[in-house]
Amino acid sequence: MNWNVYLRGISVVARKDMRIYYRKAPVFIFGLILPTFLFLAFFVGRELDINKYFPGFLAMSLFFTSSSVGPLIVPWEKQQGTFERLLTYPLSISSIVLGDCIAGAVFGLLISVIVGTFGILLIPITVTDIALIILAFALGNLCFSGLGVLLSSPGGKAPANIMMLAALVRFPLIFVSGIFIPVSEMTGAARYITYGSPLTYLVDLLNHSMGQDYVFDWWADLLVLTGFTVLFVTVAMSVLRRMSLKGL
Amino acid sequence: MIKLLYIFTKPVPFRKHSSKQTNLYHIMPALEVRNLKKSFGDVQAVKDISFSVEPKEFFGLLGPNGAGKTTSIRMITGVLNPDAGSVIIEGTDLKKNFLEAKMKMGVIPEVGNIYPDLSARENIDLVGRFYGLSKATREDRADKLLTDLGLKERADDLTRKFSKGMRQRVSIACAMVHEPPILILDEPTEGLDVMSRRLIVDKVKEMNRKGSTVILTTHNIEEASRLCQRVCIVNKGSIVAIDTPDRLRKTTEMMQMVEVAFDRKVEQAWFLTGYISRAELCNDKWRFYADDLDKAIEQIVKVKEEQGVKILSMSTSGPTLEDVFVKLCEVH
Ligand SMILES: Nc1ncnc2c1ncn2[C@@H]1O[C@H](COP(=O)(O)OP(=O)(O)OP(=O)(O)O)[C@@H](O)[C@H]1O
Ligand SMILES: [Mg+2]
Repeated sequence: MNWNVYLRGISVVARKDMRIYYRKAPVFIFGLILPTFLFLAFFVGRELDINKYFPGFLAMSLFFTSSSVGPLIVPWEKQQGTFERLLTYPLSISSIVLGDCIAGAVFGLLISVIVGTFGILLIPITVTDIALIILAFALGNLCFSGLGVLLSSPGGKAPANIMMLAALVRFPLIFVSGIFIPVSEMTGAARYITYGSPLTYLVDLLNHSMGQDYVFDWWADLLVLTGFTVLFVTVAMSVLRRMSLKGL
Repeated sequence: MIKLLYIFTKPVPFRKHSSKQTNLYHIMPALEVRNLKKSFGDVQAVKDISFSVEPKEFFGLLGPNGAGKTTSIRMITGVLNPDAGSVIIEGTDLKKNFLEAKMKMGVIPEVGNIYPDLSARENIDLVGRFYGLSKATREDRADKLLTDLGLKERADDLTRKFSKGMRQRVSIACAMVHEPPILILDEPTEGLDVMSRRLIVDKVKEMNRKGSTVILTTHNIEEASRLCQRVCIVNKGSIVAIDTPDRLRKTTEMMQMVEVAFDRKVEQAWFLTGYISRAELCNDKWRFYADDLDKAIEQIVKVKEEQGVKILSMSTSGPTLEDVFVKLCEVH
């Protein structure tokens, strides 16, 4: 395998995605407007300890933004007929998936850095572990961007349907991840359900780095998030590969 | 992060044929397709196709709708995995060296499109990046291609505002920006007007003259017989014939015909000696059938002089490639 060509393929795909898809309406709506309204609905005007809930909010905004680009790209490109063309370039399914993931992750990263900075400057939130927060941002964005790409891989060519499906999967996740009720305050079955959500571990990681109550060790959070990332990305690749065997 | 990405996009020089490879290059086919097969469920789209295309050849794939041309092209260009068989691009096995093999091709897929959210120039530039061209090269080539294809004035407009013909011209520019040794075009001129068609055909011919191998699928048989050195006729997933257009016309056992009008009555028996195998009166004109047109005309002229008749008009018609095509596809 020619690694030079492979890596170049990933990066050109990512740049193309950034150039074209960051400006699409669904990214704006699902990635920016939605988390803002959720924030307003749950946190504003209530007597809540903002320091305690900020890591959860940050995780939620990161989750929505990073997973908003992925579901768009593949269906959009299939519909306009550019996906087939991409496959004729020196690219493989895996370099396309990785490029799309990076594009989604960079978008999430930009927005979460902005949100985080606002939190630190305005509220102000204290960050106890800067290295951990950087790791959490990097890994979290890759993970949920991968989830976004995965959600788009099995579907047909209608971007609207995929966006609906993606919303259906993403919405329930925020209620079972310790954002509105910290996992440490949960008991019984509810608590076990949260263990199945990848978002739980990002919230936990951010709790670590902002001096809030956490449930798992930080390295365990990192490990689980890495596992989910690899899972999402490899499943996305194999699903897309299978689709393209059938002739897309 | 973005900085990091830029590092990866640094151009890798695209090595054409080094002197060592030149020898190999001459004996090696540009494209070799061996026993390709593909089914979609119960539909056997491509049954068992093998052929090879010589370097610098202009090669046509002809066939009725649903013959399996696009499916073959998709397997050759690495879009679709074949159920069986292999594709060798200039000695590189597509399956084993996927990326290297694809570096050597420039493709217009049947449904392949360009990005409507990018301008014509940006589309070409993007493709140049995929093939690792340097910034200067990308800019030079984009300029040249846009000028040659008559898109200079609209170079910086978004292609979503373009007509079909203009989009197709951008598409061909995208397939050529890296000056690939092999150009693979699936119906590149389908549904275009004369101007767009000519601009595209001229550009493809120019690439072919400069040394690129061209593989073209088309429904336009007239175009194929004019452009292609060899054509491969595909029907129902199998190859039914593969030869030069001229030889295909000859080998289909169809006779050539000369239609002549004389100034007075002539006898059939005068002509039925030597090369003319059949003569019949059709309306006021005589139709003479022969394998060798040249000899037949010679004989007609001889008879005319011997009998002192005058020829008022004369026209010839052989089987067209279209006749051959229809006949072959009917038989199978
Ligand atoms: N993705 C697919 N799924 C199922 N069947 C397919 C698929 N792609 C092609 N086919 C079938 O395979 C056969 C060959 O199709 P193909 O597109 O290769 O024909 P073609 O020669 O390119 O025809 P045309 O001249 O109309 O472009 C057809 O019967 C078609 O229905
Ligand atoms: Mg076709």
